[in-house]
Amino acid sequence: MLSVRNLSVGVDGKTILRSLNLEVRAGEVHAVMGPNGSGKSTLAQALAGHPAYTVTGGEVTYLGRDLLAMPPEERARAGLFLAFQYPIEIAGVSNAAFLKAAINEMRAARGQEELDAMEMLELLEKKLSLVDMDRSFLSRPVNEGFSGGEKKRNEILQMAVLEPKLAILDETDSGLDIDALKIVAQGVNHLRRTDNAIILVTHYQRILNYVEPDRVHVLFDGRIVKSAGKELALELERKGYDWIKEQPAPVQPAA
Amino acid sequence: MSTAIAGTNRYLAEFERLERRSSTRTPAWLAELRRAAMERFVERGFPTTRDEDWRYTNLATLAATPFRAIDSVASSPVSREAVPRPFGPNAAPRLVFLDGRYAREHSSAQSLPGGARLSSFAEAISHDDEQLLERHLAKHARWDDNVFAALSTALLEDGVLLHVPAETVIEAPIELVLLTTRPGVMTQPRLLVVAGPHSRFTVVERYVGLTDQAYFVNAVSEIAVGPGASVDHYVVQEQGASAFHMATIHADLERDSAFSTCGATFGARLARTTLGVRFGGEGGRASLAGLYVTDGRQHVDHHVTVDHAVPRCSSRQLYKGVLDGSARAVFDGRVIVRPNAQKTDAAQTNKHLLLSDGVEVDSKPRLEIFADDVKCTHGAAEGQLAPEAIFYLRSRGLNERAARRLLTLGFVREVVDRIAVEPIRGYLDRALEARLGTDSKEMR
Repeated sequence: MLSVRNLSVGVDGKTILRSLNLEVRAGEVHAVMGPNGSGKSTLAQALAGHPAYTVTGGEVTYLGRDLLAMPPEERARAGLFLAFQYPIEIAGVSNAAFLKAAINEMRAARGQEELDAMEMLELLEKKLSLVDMDRSFLSRPVNEGFSGGEKKRNEILQMAVLEPKLAILDETDSGLDIDALKIVAQGVNHLRRTDNAIILVTHYQRILNYVEPDRVHVLFDGRIVKSAGKELALELERKGYDWIKEQPAPVQPAA
Repeated sequence: MSTAIAGTNRYLAEFERLERRSSTRTPAWLAELRRAAMERFVERGFPTTRDEDWRYTNLATLAATPFRAIDSVASSPVSREAVPRPFGPNAAPRLVFLDGRYAREHSSAQSLPGGARLSSFAEAISHDDEQLLERHLAKHARWDDNVFAALSTALLEDGVLLHVPAETVIEAPIELVLLTTRPGVMTQPRLLVVAGPHSRFTVVERYVGLTDQAYFVNAVSEIAVGPGASVDHYVVQEQGASAFHMATIHADLERDSAFSTCGATFGARLARTTLGVRFGGEGGRASLAGLYVTDGRQHVDHHVTVDHAVPRCSSRQLYKGVLDGSARAVFDGRVIVRPNAQKTDAAQTNKHLLLSDGVEVDSKPRLEIFADDVKCTHGAAEGQLAPEAIFYLRSRGLNERAARRLLTLGFVREVVDRIAVEPIRGYLDRALEARLGTDSKEMR
């Protein structure tokens, strides 16, 4: 589904990712872990197409297409979704209007007709219950005045509504209490199917108690330095990241 | 300077024609009022940019253009479709004017509840309302220091009187529609609203241009809000692209009354609103709002003065402008808190969204506070759309244009959301969506 080869990315002239490799197949959940500043968010933002991140080398193939050649909205319409670490507040635009615009863009991209008001409401209500939000969330401006937990749940709501093929969650678990974490995990598990994939970018092992990953990667200094099964997350939890920093050479994941 | 004099000469000739055709039925006080105002207008002439109140708004083109009063221009009939549909129910009271002339066939002036009257000044004079008219007309919108109020008063031939007696509540918005159909005309729409004690109603002024060539509308609205009364006032300005729209609005608020005005400015080449609110009794509340969406070489100027002359009154100002092309916006918000006006609560916000590099904004808050136990705040901001917000929307499948449009609509929503009358709010929603670009389907 996603094939990242020798990806190098910089921001403000500073190189963050250095020849990163990552393979994600349909049906898989990958956890990308690593200490602060290792490049986790850069990977997430670069895959979503943030214009501030400059790709200086490498290639990314997504569903057989050259992902790096696609503008952000094309990536989204092709089923790529980024749950933001810091969701943006948008004054004067209700969550409902925002979701409606996004849904109809996705539908149009798939050659489907726009949903009418009733169908839209029905869909939104169903998805709201998944993230334990009530209808009042729809009339509030996007993320404005939301608590940290509400913002993260709002990202999961958008993900649930848009049903992406590849979801990248950028530290969605950070700063959540246990109840909110369970709701987020529930949203992720709900999305998990054999025909889509999830990349969980996280600092902590905690969310992996609720969402079981197929692969765990450790990102350090812009490279994936270790990849293994879910047991790696527990090892990181126990030993911290320092032992990783002493690993001699980058480990290439199996192709 | 010679331009200004030439400009006033034309209006002086217009005034003389008006005097000649005025019947002997014109009351002496009105004839005298007009003469005094004309003298004042000629004495002052059109302001220049040396005048502090007009520093950023150049009237040279307006002064130099030979606009003609309606009497010398044949008005053409207008089809029913050309007249905008009412905001409220079809049966709601509504007066339509074509090039300044009352168009009975397009109006629905059925009787108002509780003895409220919506009439022309001429009718008011013949129906024993002359005293009311004399007491209020040109007494609120000061014409000694406002050239356009002076011009309006000097050329005052007729106008609309809305008198709502004490305790009368009118639910349906009362609508005035002022259409300009012919290039080159000059009209002087004049509205006088007298709200009796504890009355409550809504009045809407709509300005529409059916020509893209230049014309000149000089509107003056005076609103006397009686004790405990509540008046909501709206102006929807959709003038033609080359129009000059000069509006003077003044409200005097008595004890415990409430006044709100909200102006939506879309049209005109040059639009100036001079809004004044004066608190004459304690406990008054005023909410002043405006949104303007400009493009091309449009120039939109708001001068707002709130005079807290007495204690315990509150005023809120919220003005938001969207500028594109090489548009220019001027905002001058003056709040005066006089020495005895303790417990004044005044807030002013003026924000501009700049959608192009060619736009220019001059925003000037002026707080003149002479009392010590008051709460006054003001804030002005101008900026572009946040790149992070644009990316956020693009990451959800919206293209850049759709993202910018949604964010721009979000910027003005704060003003629209304050509108209590649903049909007006709905109309402005649609007008904004139309103005700020095509819908998403066509944008791909």
